[in-house]
Amino acid sequence: MIRLEKRPQPSKLWTYLTPVLAVLLTMLVGGVLFAFLGANPVEAIRTIFWDPLFNAQFAGFTRPQLLVKAGPLILIAIGLSIGFRAGIWNIGAEGQYIMGAICGAAAGLAFYPSESVLIFPLMIVAGALGGWAWAMIPAILKTKFGTNEILVSLMLVYVAENILGSVATGLLRNPEGRGFPGSRNFKQWDAAHNSDLIANTGMHWGVVFAFIAVIGAYVLLTRHVLGFNIRLTGEAPRAARFSGVNPARIILICLGLSGALAGMAGLFEVTGPAGQVSIDFGSGYGFTAIIVAFLGRLNPIGILLAGLLMALTYIGGELAQLMLGLPGASIQLFQGMLLFFLLAMDVFTNFRLRIGKREAA
Amino acid sequence: MDLSSINPILLVASIMVSATPILLAAIGEMVVEKSGVLNLGVEGMMITGAVVGFAVAVNSTSPALGFVAAAAAAALLSLAFGLLTQFLLSNQVATGLGLTLVGLGLSSLIGKPYEGIKSPTLPKLDIPVLSDIPVLGRMLFSHDLMVYFSLALVVAVWAFLKHTRAGLILRAVGESHDSAHALGYKVVIIRLMAILFGGACAGLGGAYLSLVRVPQWTEGMTAGAGWIALAIVVFASWRPGRVAIGAYLFGGVTVLQLNLQAAGAAVPVALLSASPYLVTILVLVIISARGAHAAPASLGRPFHASS
Repeated sequence: MIRLEKRPQPSKLWTYLTPVLAVLLTMLVGGVLFAFLGANPVEAIRTIFWDPLFNAQFAGFTRPQLLVKAGPLILIAIGLSIGFRAGIWNIGAEGQYIMGAICGAAAGLAFYPSESVLIFPLMIVAGALGGWAWAMIPAILKTKFGTNEILVSLMLVYVAENILGSVATGLLRNPEGRGFPGSRNFKQWDAAHNSDLIANTGMHWGVVFAFIAVIGAYVLLTRHVLGFNIRLTGEAPRAARFSGVNPARIILICLGLSGALAGMAGLFEVTGPAGQVSIDFGSGYGFTAIIVAFLGRLNPIGILLAGLLMALTYIGGELAQLMLGLPGASIQLFQGMLLFFLLAMDVFTNFRLRIGKREAA
Repeated sequence: MDLSSINPILLVASIMVSATPILLAAIGEMVVEKSGVLNLGVEGMMITGAVVGFAVAVNSTSPALGFVAAAAAAALLSLAFGLLTQFLLSNQVATGLGLTLVGLGLSSLIGKPYEGIKSPTLPKLDIPVLSDIPVLGRMLFSHDLMVYFSLALVVAVWAFLKHTRAGLILRAVGESHDSAHALGYKVVIIRLMAILFGGACAGLGGAYLSLVRVPQWTEGMTAGAGWIALAIVVFASWRPGRVAIGAYLFGGVTVLQLNLQAAGAAVPVALLSASPYLVTILVLVIISARGAHAAPASLGRPFHASS
């Protein structure tokens, strides 16, 4: 007879062990999946996890991509994780990412073709504000009326996608683009281009901000009273209220912060890797960041590592698509499975497995 | 704008068709939530149902078989959620989100070869006498079987919850799992059955989208219908009758905005396309502002016999 026994405290060892085991388990099950799809499983796993970094032939092209993809994932996931810690479920980061990109790009394009050095900082601020404002909608509705933030923030993703479709073909459309949808290309406008800071490393401003966010979140959560209050709100809401923590303030801060970070991520994406505001520049980073946040155990350092790993699966997935003809969707399933296995393995963090008969109490 | 191009008879008829998938998913999720479990994976189960139903219907040329397969596939997916949340005691919100992500990935993987083909669709029932009534006949009585099935399901769920012993036990588990456990009811098993029922309903709803409403398979075709179904359960304050009203309301908004787009209304297209989502938010705000929640007391709380 196998049964579970609640641990008095979550196990430290298992907290760190579960993500690793979840990755291994995903590789195993993913390998079976790839075998079903007619690829050699060992080769597929190697193509996804090893080749982007170490293959002599194309690692030179794929390695910089690692930071390009990890930057927005980490930036968004850091913001989300702080909310998740407080039990505030912002799952509409994709919408905030899109709105940040639109607002930031619009603020910059208003000054086209100025070459002022202030253009790019202005765009970053506008992008952060755009994401912040979009996240404030569920935040204010929750604090004022108690409306469920999960559903509202998610509905706003679809609204943001519709706005994106409208501005990409209307308001922000490149006037010299011969009527094609999409804004001006920021890569051809130096003042607004988010270029590699060190050539061919993928290290653009978004990655720098992601690292700053990691450090900031670490300090906030471990050294600042606000971080303590956020964690307290999540772990013991009643105790938090008795100790004078204002829950409305925590909601506004957590949602606002995650919205601002997601908005910045969006701005860095359109001015850098994507190059323009187009109908389909959002590539689901806002949703994948949820996986990154959990895989990183809602811990800033963990999220940094999880973001890099998830970026690797993106690049490796594209590579597997090219080299082995695996369908692109299989990598999406792969990422979803990772979250699932992680949540399943988590039982060992909070419970102890006992084998044998129950002792008489 | 030419409002006269909107035919009221066709409008009501298409509202019934567009409400059915949301109604199926919402009534299933309501039962799940009544048992005290919050499954946020409705969108993932719906889209899995949509693709599996479509694939099976195309290959077997039988839409009925498609619906059965869709229900089975989505129930299987919900079983994964059930095992994780009920036996491994994982966080329900996170697991539900994971289920949606898995479902979206799985469906686009399965669906790739089926893009751009037509499926056999359900025949319209010609109910003798009733469908011959001049206006009402075409409005209400010449639909396919699933439309009536979904409405019958609402009545069945209402009767089950209100008038049967099993329904009472299910509600007890949702209100206070500790008391139900103390009375000797198998909380985990009851919840697992509710989760499977919810999964099957979401699968049927998804299959209705891909086999009747559209009828085609495109990636991400549910486009938030599963999330709207979740919102409707809240809107309905966990009552079957109101779930039906909510689903028809949203069906109405969806159809009306499509008709207005077609009629060339002087409203931006983006605003019209976003209107179902905006209305969902508005309704959620109104419901929560009124403070009438009536949510099952154990909703979303994990249960372990040791605590």
